[in-house]
Amino acid sequence: MAWDKKDLLGLEYLSAEEILTVLDTARAFSEVSTRAIKKVPALRGKTVVNLFYEASTRTRASFELAEKRLSADIINMNVSTSSVTKGETLLDTVRNLCAYKIDVIVIRHAMSGAPIYLARNIECSVVNAGDGMHEHPTQALLDIYTLREKLGDLRGRRIVIVGDIAHSRVARSNIWGLTKLGAQVTVVGPSTLIPREIEQMGVRVQHNLDEALRDADAVNMLRIQREREKLTLFPSLREYAILFGLNRTRMQGLPDKLIVMHPGPINRGVELSGSVADGPNSVILEQVTNSLAVRMAVLFLVTGGTSLHPEHMSA
Amino acid sequence: MAERIASAPEIAAHLDALAESIVQDCPTLEHAYLIGIQRRGVQLAQRLAQRIMARTSVVVPLGVLDITFYRDDLSRISQQPVVHNTDIRLDLDGKVIYLVDDVVYSGRTIRAALDALADYGRPRIVRLVALVDRGWRELPIQPDFVAWKIATADTDVIHVKVRELDGEDAIDRANRADHAQPV
Repeated sequence: MAWDKKDLLGLEYLSAEEILTVLDTARAFSEVSTRAIKKVPALRGKTVVNLFYEASTRTRASFELAEKRLSADIINMNVSTSSVTKGETLLDTVRNLCAYKIDVIVIRHAMSGAPIYLARNIECSVVNAGDGMHEHPTQALLDIYTLREKLGDLRGRRIVIVGDIAHSRVARSNIWGLTKLGAQVTVVGPSTLIPREIEQMGVRVQHNLDEALRDADAVNMLRIQREREKLTLFPSLREYAILFGLNRTRMQGLPDKLIVMHPGPINRGVELSGSVADGPNSVILEQVTNSLAVRMAVLFLVTGGTSLHPEHMSA
Repeated sequence: MAERIASAPEIAAHLDALAESIVQDCPTLEHAYLIGIQRRGVQLAQRLAQRIMARTSVVVPLGVLDITFYRDDLSRISQQPVVHNTDIRLDLDGKVIYLVDDVVYSGRTIRAALDALADYGRPRIVRLVALVDRGWRELPIQPDFVAWKIATADTDVIHVKVRELDGEDAIDRANRADHAQPV
């Protein structure tokens, strides 16, 4: 199926066919990074702005490298030195950038919905690199890409997401994408970090990790934000690690082929012990490698898209 | 209505002749590398490799090239085209490459393929092998070995069918107006 959208705002707004189009395109791009000359001219003459209002090391590096391997020209907007600190609004900042005739804005913002707001108001393509507690679509796409490389068709596969489901845009995007592709998703975490009525997204809720993982194909261990400990959402990191962390002992009772994922950066000793993060079940570095192909595919597809976001989002 | 230009037996005979031309061009077949352009150049390259092996017992390596990322019209078309895989495992330096495509038309696909090959290495020779040359070139690119030269109207669509993808081997001519299938 052909792609016609000018933006990537979230997996909620994509059909299963569109998700598969991104993943299939990503597979073709994965070959580029294995060559001696790791570059194709697909976005030659296009300009991409990476506009990050939140700190990010790996997502930004991954987008930047993906853009360079597509031969795009890049500007990285460093927020701490930008006019934002002088009181300019988001839309003014972006309209000024658009006056340079740029083609794509990759935006990370603490406000949920900021990329949707931009996409509605500007002509160039918008790629959501994480917005508040809403979505992080490229992370979920690379997680799903990695799962499909390992498991093939995800219909009926059992995927468990562990951690702070309430505050996690990675969880939300993964739930949208995985359920659309027919996977059975279970979320696990302390009850303070599981939103009420999350079942309406088509997932099951469990509070016992060992039980949830007994017949699982893969587990995605979300990063615990250390600042949440101060908010007393769980008693201590130590207790969290005991109840919801993966370590060598817990792995012994689990399926041999269980795929262990983590979006990074890892809190070693909290979500994952070192032996699990670096162990045979871990695909964490493959996720990082796959992130390039997936982001190249997204940038390639949106620059060819013309259609706006779905009707229901313009209200 | 599509007009049939050739069917399976004729195509087989012409592939024999193309394989023979390649063997004469590069008798030892040392450093030879057949690279099929996605999509139907891939199957044609496979057929040529089988014929060359039957004739000489030499296994010529096969590669697959998708030229989408190198197209010169990406910024002009409204949707990005479907991307297929590329599989070039050998170092191209010093190779004698036979680039295989089904139809040569504007020459822009081959221009893109040559740019792509340059990103993989520096072949000693690149030759172009095509089943059909339908004219209407927009670039100074010509096939070295071609089975059919067909005079066409620019509204004609030449559709090479291969049994792996289309269920039969054939070459058809249709008119763009009543031919919805993408080429």
